[in-house]
Amino acid sequence: MAAHLSYGRVNLNILREAARKELREFLDKCAGSKAIVWDEYLTGPFGLIAQYSLLKEHEVEKMFTLKGGRVPPADVKNIIFFVRPRLELMDIIAENLQPPREFHILFVPRRSLLCEQRLKEQGVLNSFTNIDEYILDLIPYDGDLLSMESESAFRECYLENDQTSLYHTAKGLMTLQALYGTIPQIFGKGECARHVANMMLRMKREFAGSQNQILPVFDTLLLLDRNVDLLTPLATQLTYEGLIDEIYGITNGYVKLPPEKFAQKKPGEGGKDLPTEPKKLQLNSAEELYAEIRDKNFNAVGAALSKKAKIISAAFEERHNAKTVGEIKQFVSQLPHMQAARNSLANHTSIAELIKDITTSEVFFDNLTVEQEFMTGVDTDKVNTYIEDCISRKDPLIKILRLVCMQSVCNNGLKQKVLDHYKREILQTYGYEHILTLNNLEKVGLLKPQTTTRNNYPTIRKTLKLWMEDANEQNPNDISYVYSGYAPLSVRLTQLLARPGWRSIEEVLKMLPGPHFEERQQLPTGLHKKRQQGENRTTLVFFLGGVTYAEIAALRFLSQMEDGGTEYVIATTKLINGTSWIKSLMDRPEPF
Amino acid sequence: MAFVTANWNPLGEAFYRKIELYEMGWNLKDGLRECLVAAAPYGGPIALLKEPQRRSPSVRPQLEIYSSSGVAMASFPWKSGVVKQLGWTVCDDLLCIQEDGTVLIYDLFGNFKRHFSMGNEVGQSQVVEAKVFHSPYGTGVAIVTGASRFTLATNIDDLKLRRLPEVPGLQGAPTCWAVLTQDRQSKVLVATGADLFILDYTACTAVSPPGLSPQATSIVHMCVSFSYKYLALFTDSGHLWMGTANLKEKLSEVETKVRNPPKQMAWCRRPKSQQPSVVIMWDGHILVAGECKNTISYHLEGVSILVPELDGVRIINGTHHELLQEVPASCEEIFKIASMAPGALLLEAHKEYEKESQKADEYLREIKEQNLLGEAVKQCVEAAGHELEAETQKTLLRAASFGKCFLSNFPPEPFVSMCRDLRVLNAVRDYTVGIPLTHTQFKQMTVQVLIDRLVYRKLYPLAIEICRYLKTPEYQGVSRVLKHWACYVCLCITVWCVCLPQVKISLSLSPSLPLPQLLEFEPRSGEQVPLLLKMKRSQLALSKAIESGDTDLVYTVVTYLKNEMNRGDFFMTLRNQPVALSLYRQFCKHQEQDTLKDLFNQDDDHQELGNFYVKASYKEKRLEAQIGHLQSAVDEYNKAKNEFAAKATEEEMRLLRFQKKLEEEKGESLVGFSLHDTIRTLLAVGLHKHAEQLYKDFRVPDKRYWWLKLTALAEKEDWEEIEKFAKSKKSPIGYLPFVEICVKHHNKYEAKKYVSRVTPEQKVKAHLAVG
Repeated sequence: MAAHLSYGRVNLNILREAARKELREFLDKCAGSKAIVWDEYLTGPFGLIAQYSLLKEHEVEKMFTLKGGRVPPADVKNIIFFVRPRLELMDIIAENLQPPREFHILFVPRRSLLCEQRLKEQGVLNSFTNIDEYILDLIPYDGDLLSMESESAFRECYLENDQTSLYHTAKGLMTLQALYGTIPQIFGKGECARHVANMMLRMKREFAGSQNQILPVFDTLLLLDRNVDLLTPLATQLTYEGLIDEIYGITNGYVKLPPEKFAQKKPGEGGKDLPTEPKKLQLNSAEELYAEIRDKNFNAVGAALSKKAKIISAAFEERHNAKTVGEIKQFVSQLPHMQAARNSLANHTSIAELIKDITTSEVFFDNLTVEQEFMTGVDTDKVNTYIEDCISRKDPLIKILRLVCMQSVCNNGLKQKVLDHYKREILQTYGYEHILTLNNLEKVGLLKPQTTTRNNYPTIRKTLKLWMEDANEQNPNDISYVYSGYAPLSVRLTQLLARPGWRSIEEVLKMLPGPHFEERQQLPTGLHKKRQQGENRTTLVFFLGGVTYAEIAALRFLSQMEDGGTEYVIATTKLINGTSWIKSLMDRPEPF
Repeated sequence: MAFVTANWNPLGEAFYRKIELYEMGWNLKDGLRECLVAAAPYGGPIALLKEPQRRSPSVRPQLEIYSSSGVAMASFPWKSGVVKQLGWTVCDDLLCIQEDGTVLIYDLFGNFKRHFSMGNEVGQSQVVEAKVFHSPYGTGVAIVTGASRFTLATNIDDLKLRRLPEVPGLQGAPTCWAVLTQDRQSKVLVATGADLFILDYTACTAVSPPGLSPQATSIVHMCVSFSYKYLALFTDSGHLWMGTANLKEKLSEVETKVRNPPKQMAWCRRPKSQQPSVVIMWDGHILVAGECKNTISYHLEGVSILVPELDGVRIINGTHHELLQEVPASCEEIFKIASMAPGALLLEAHKEYEKESQKADEYLREIKEQNLLGEAVKQCVEAAGHELEAETQKTLLRAASFGKCFLSNFPPEPFVSMCRDLRVLNAVRDYTVGIPLTHTQFKQMTVQVLIDRLVYRKLYPLAIEICRYLKTPEYQGVSRVLKHWACYVCLCITVWCVCLPQVKISLSLSPSLPLPQLLEFEPRSGEQVPLLLKMKRSQLALSKAIESGDTDLVYTVVTYLKNEMNRGDFFMTLRNQPVALSLYRQFCKHQEQDTLKDLFNQDDDHQELGNFYVKASYKEKRLEAQIGHLQSAVDEYNKAKNEFAAKATEEEMRLLRFQKKLEEEKGESLVGFSLHDTIRTLLAVGLHKHAEQLYKDFRVPDKRYWWLKLTALAEKEDWEEIEKFAKSKKSPIGYLPFVEICVKHHNKYEAKKYVSRVTPEQKVKAHLAVG
């Protein structure tokens, strides 16, 4: 069911199994039939851990979404609330209670004194038979990917100075270390990274009495603040998976696509209505074809698909060669697999067609051109006419914000005049209420007035080779292929850490915000790894504040490089793209 | 190495040696004269009560407690009744048995712990003699009263007094007696004249030791071995009878030729030794008697006492502390003059090796030829354990290590653990610690108990060192010691607190206590913070919570503070803690909007206040209220020197007013639209003048206005107006957009009109669009 989690260098299924075990234990604690009332936000992340069938095995008969009013009638003994520890949810829960049933609360990811206090104030704390916590920090997302699925982490950390998600990160990393051994080396860059590392070291001290006797799976942990690299998420991702996310949005591993292209074209059924429900697809490496093409530059996907098509049809042709009963039997036994492959191919061909319609459009091309101009440092200090035109045409606001922020980041801030011009244009066109959003963007540093005349972005770009003129999209030799020229800064930092080490780029590191550091965690004697010749190191890269699919693709590319010497496992607070990221920073006052 | 054997004395088959342990650190004027002395076994502490018999109320006797090396640990005047006997319990508590049958218990540092009585009937008859004994059940006390009755308590921690049956014909005190532990019962062996009785709980049985010399008419002294297995009797004829404690077997009998009764007797038999031996002390000298006729005699300086140990006897006098023991077999083998034992040869070999002499090889060869190298190493290691001199230990261990080099499969554990043990033993034997344990005793006692003893003596650092050195598991070792240490420190604080008169509040609630500092040592903030709150150290709780990174803890403290403090103080506290402040702001944002405003006000955060008012304006339905909030926002933005925001907000107010006015005049729904949308709507409904007015009033850039007007008109398909517009003046956006928009609305005819005006570089595109 989750076999794809165990294919990677690190078997992440262990983590998933641990989470499932804990869930089962909790459910068994409430004997008898039960109904679960969900904090809607949690259903997505939980889907990655346990399907409905698991819940059903443990006598969960009904599921509801948490909302005001009373719990809908259900003939069950227990009502369990699965909620995040949020005060407003506590108030709703208090409304929901209605004896005579047994009530339980499961806080995800951690119980909270504050919430219990609120329940007490509401006079309902004693109505609960069980108040428990379900520690779900890092959720295995794919064979080499862990996510906390915490949408607002970036906003909380950098805008609201609320470091709750960092605490959960540190806790999550402790859980991870309990299962996969102490990580001997910790590197980091950025304020939040420092904070997380400090908390981890502190938590380790708290468990001083007990030593972890597991042979470490990870050699290194790299903690990276998202605000060290604000540029990358702003750029349009050009990998297959990245584009799916940019255009349709992938949530908790699922994408919803317009249904037209997926209508089964069968002769004789032409008259049937086209389906109107969006087509929902799960995307992960369990699907062989997807694993193969997800990280390719979109321009290389077509070729890969047609090659695959040939292989599959060749496989089907083989039935003509099957002569003996044995051969036919063997062919038939492969049939389900081949049919799955064919379905998968059909799906992805459809998706690729959908995407191609967009990538070949002029709008997409113009937008990309401007992005690339900014990233190469062309005319970043002037008002850009393309952006002006887009505003005039009232293109989607987020698109405008992405571009303006990108210009600001690539120019190390905009001249006051330029910045004010953009802001005025935006306010007049999209409404004055966006003054709050603009203010937020300034607070997190995505937009800023130029304070010094010195722009250090070109230095950073050159030293870290962020722009590669001749990116090879078909057979990449550098990570820059994921953005067709731009090599994501965060991944470059990761790459340079592995070889030749950060000491070589001290100067640039100083230009990027926040401290960089190195910590070591003592291993009990006897757990020091004896590395075999040619054995790769394993590094866990943790993006605090989100990571894009293109960055993941770049890291996977590094893992697969023959002389790379390092394999990467990626962890993050949330998988993001420019749109979802900017959206999380927007303030929308309720309209009148 | 001749000096090693210098203090050896032969007795029968074996040798005995007397080794000085310490020169006593105490300074006693009269030595041990007229003192009641009790020394605990296993190198335990020594208690002294000077002149216990002097009963003048003005001069009180002094009770002193010393370590085995004579370092003072406690001293206090004895204020209770007359003490008959002192003794130590197995866990190093001091028992003082008084004449009236009361037993007082003190700890190692002279602090009174508790007392109990050996029975009411003792009162009149008084205790004549008392003995403290150790059994598998704990520490016991036995007394004999003036009425010649024995009372026994096997375990003082689980007090059950046993009054033993009368001894026929006994008047007053018996000549001598001893406590035996047999068949899981404590019994008393009493001698009155020539008669010997065993008293158990129910009966008094006469016994006679087999083969006791017929010359003897009376048994004047007796002693039981450390293990309660053997018994020694001294008769008035000067004979010493040695046998098993059950009086079934005689081991030997020696004539000492001394007829006066000895002052003390003690068994001096090491485990597994072949020869029973007893040390007998008189004034001025001691004798060691074994199986043979001969005895060893030592001279004694001053008054001494004998302390029986598992593997020897310690002799303490006013100035010195010595150990008398049978030389252990391995030491004897190695050091005996002209010994050819493998160990001795190995030691020789190593010595030659150090001298770089080829004889080393000869010796080695000799051992190897007999295939005894393993045996040799084992002997050296073992002997090292029995030696007290660090130098001798080293020499032996070096030799062992040297021998090990020539062995392939020799297990390393005995050598390594011996090295470790010796290091620990040498550390505790140190003068300042004063626990002269032998290796045999150490093994019997176990590390656990040693650590307990060190802890009891408050030698915490040493105990921790030892735990770490011996790699004792954390929960048994270091953690446990630390726990005791912490308890002790807390106790000190309690005492300190009680002594200060102004401190009235109980310990747990006193805010002036350094307990928070103690809590520093609690690494789990989840435990720490609630405790600190309980102690009303809320500020510290707050910083601890922040340090932990657990925001829920921070929230908990903040809510607590909010309820406890007045608003001003609360805000001030938060102000010093930015992390808590921003968390509280988050809380207010969702729960208490007004407080949020107050917070910004307090910090003079005008930017945020401006934002706050802007947000508030969107919640209002009435225009006037909206304008009011926006005006406040403008003021705040001005204060924040954010000119842009102030101006933008002013513009917004103007737009709102304009929209409202127009809505009333023309009935067109506009409020809530952006400037852009307002103009477009106006153009769409043909209010060109008003649109123009907004364009001018709000200084909309030409380009954008042209785009806007063009799209709006195209949507209406008002081609006439577009043409007019195109001709009004030179287009700031060029004419390609005109072409494109016409094409978009499927009007190629109109599009063609503008193609000619498109700039040359865009012409191709324009032609392509038209087709």
